[in-house]
Amino acid sequence: MTAITALIRRDIKIALRVGGGALIGVLFFLTVTVLMPFAIGPDLALLTRLGPAILWLGALLASLLTLDRLFTADHEDGSLDLIVMGQTPLELACAAKALAHWLAAGVPLIVATPMLGLLLNLDGEATSAVALTLLVGTPALTFTGMIGAALAVTLHRGGLLLAVLVLPLSIPVLIFGVSASQAAITGPLAFGTPFSILCALSLVSLVVGPFAAAASLRHGLD
Amino acid sequence: MTLIDLANPTKFLSLTGRVLPWLAGATAILLLVGLYQAAIAPDDYQQGATVKIMFIHVPNAWLSMFVWGVMSIAALGTLVWRHPLADVAAKAAAPIGAAFTFLALVTGSLWGRPMWGTYWEWDARLTSVLVLFLMYLGLMALWRAVDDPSRAARAAAVLTLVGAINLPIIKFSVDWWNTLHQPASVMRMGGPSLDKAFLIPLLVMAIGFSLLFVTLHLAAMRNEILRRRVRSLQMMQASQQAA
Repeated sequence: MTAITALIRRDIKIALRVGGGALIGVLFFLTVTVLMPFAIGPDLALLTRLGPAILWLGALLASLLTLDRLFTADHEDGSLDLIVMGQTPLELACAAKALAHWLAAGVPLIVATPMLGLLLNLDGEATSAVALTLLVGTPALTFTGMIGAALAVTLHRGGLLLAVLVLPLSIPVLIFGVSASQAAITGPLAFGTPFSILCALSLVSLVVGPFAAAASLRHGLD
Repeated sequence: MTLIDLANPTKFLSLTGRVLPWLAGATAILLLVGLYQAAIAPDDYQQGATVKIMFIHVPNAWLSMFVWGVMSIAALGTLVWRHPLADVAAKAAAPIGAAFTFLALVTGSLWGRPMWGTYWEWDARLTSVLVLFLMYLGLMALWRAVDDPSRAARAAAVLTLVGAINLPIIKFSVDWWNTLHQPASVMRMGGPSLDKAFLIPLLVMAIGFSLLFVTLHLAAMRNEILRRRVRSLQMMQASQQAA
């Protein structure tokens, strides 16, 4: 247990310090959200309607941007080999790394959501609905994205490939995240149905992600 | 003759070399018979002659999922049993599966235009098949990104098994979400709801397309084995010249 908490604390520290780049995700999230009104036009009613979708897309792309960091730096300095050979089961270590990544790079996105909601003319209720769905949905993005990150790190130059592999897997999360937020804001669907599916997707990815990533690291690293 | 015997590529090549002409012949006959039966099948009372798109669309859609299933078994073969031909099978199947998926999407779209009034609708079945198509393309990109085949094989195997989660979603999407695409009418509880006049040509076409896949897959596997041999011969020649 101490090994896992130590791994989580180390990863969070590295991510938040100089060169860690966890907060670049938030900056990217902000920039994408600010870009949207320029593309769509400053029509406030339209922005209110599209707001949840814009926030979800921004969060998805921002979490994709930082995923590269999950294994690459550890692979370069050799600590990934130590983790693979260590006594802690690799599945648990992968889950710990993903959890740390989510705490360092995912939670700031959710914290930033209320401010970005203001820019998109969302009222309090809509903003909290989007923040709630992001809180439940971003772990799924991180844990499925980890599979792509693990594949990419074994292939040496996987940067672009990562996006191609991860984006199709994240489509269900996007669908149910946006539909849950829309249901909370406008209806007519009940909020509970898509929201529980979103929770289920997160739980499934919590199980599948670490195992697939660990399998990929175990078979792929030499 | 077991699966282990086939691990020897030379044995595999000689066996498939003998089997392939027969398979190709059977495929051609079945597809011709199926097409003829489809052509003389009666028009649907609602859909008119456009119902005949079904005889192409449905087998393609079935095979788009079947091929991913084959690739998942091959992925298990790569990761668990380390069968030497498993990664050849997985690699050869991906472009064929992508082609079947693309054809299913295109024929479905052409069928949707007169029936639904739109080429594309974001309903659950269409979206999940589109995701399947994107995953086929991602898998092919993965194969192309790495020059060491065995390394690429293991990465692709993990991705294939993860992507297999999509298969039940596609199959049951029409039951879980009440959307534009019609629910299952052949493989369902309580037997097919399709009339015999349509069902028999459809099954003939389905078997024909499945044989087409087996034929193309075996041929592609042979090509891949020969390509790897050529590659290793070239490497050997290059290292001899360098020495």
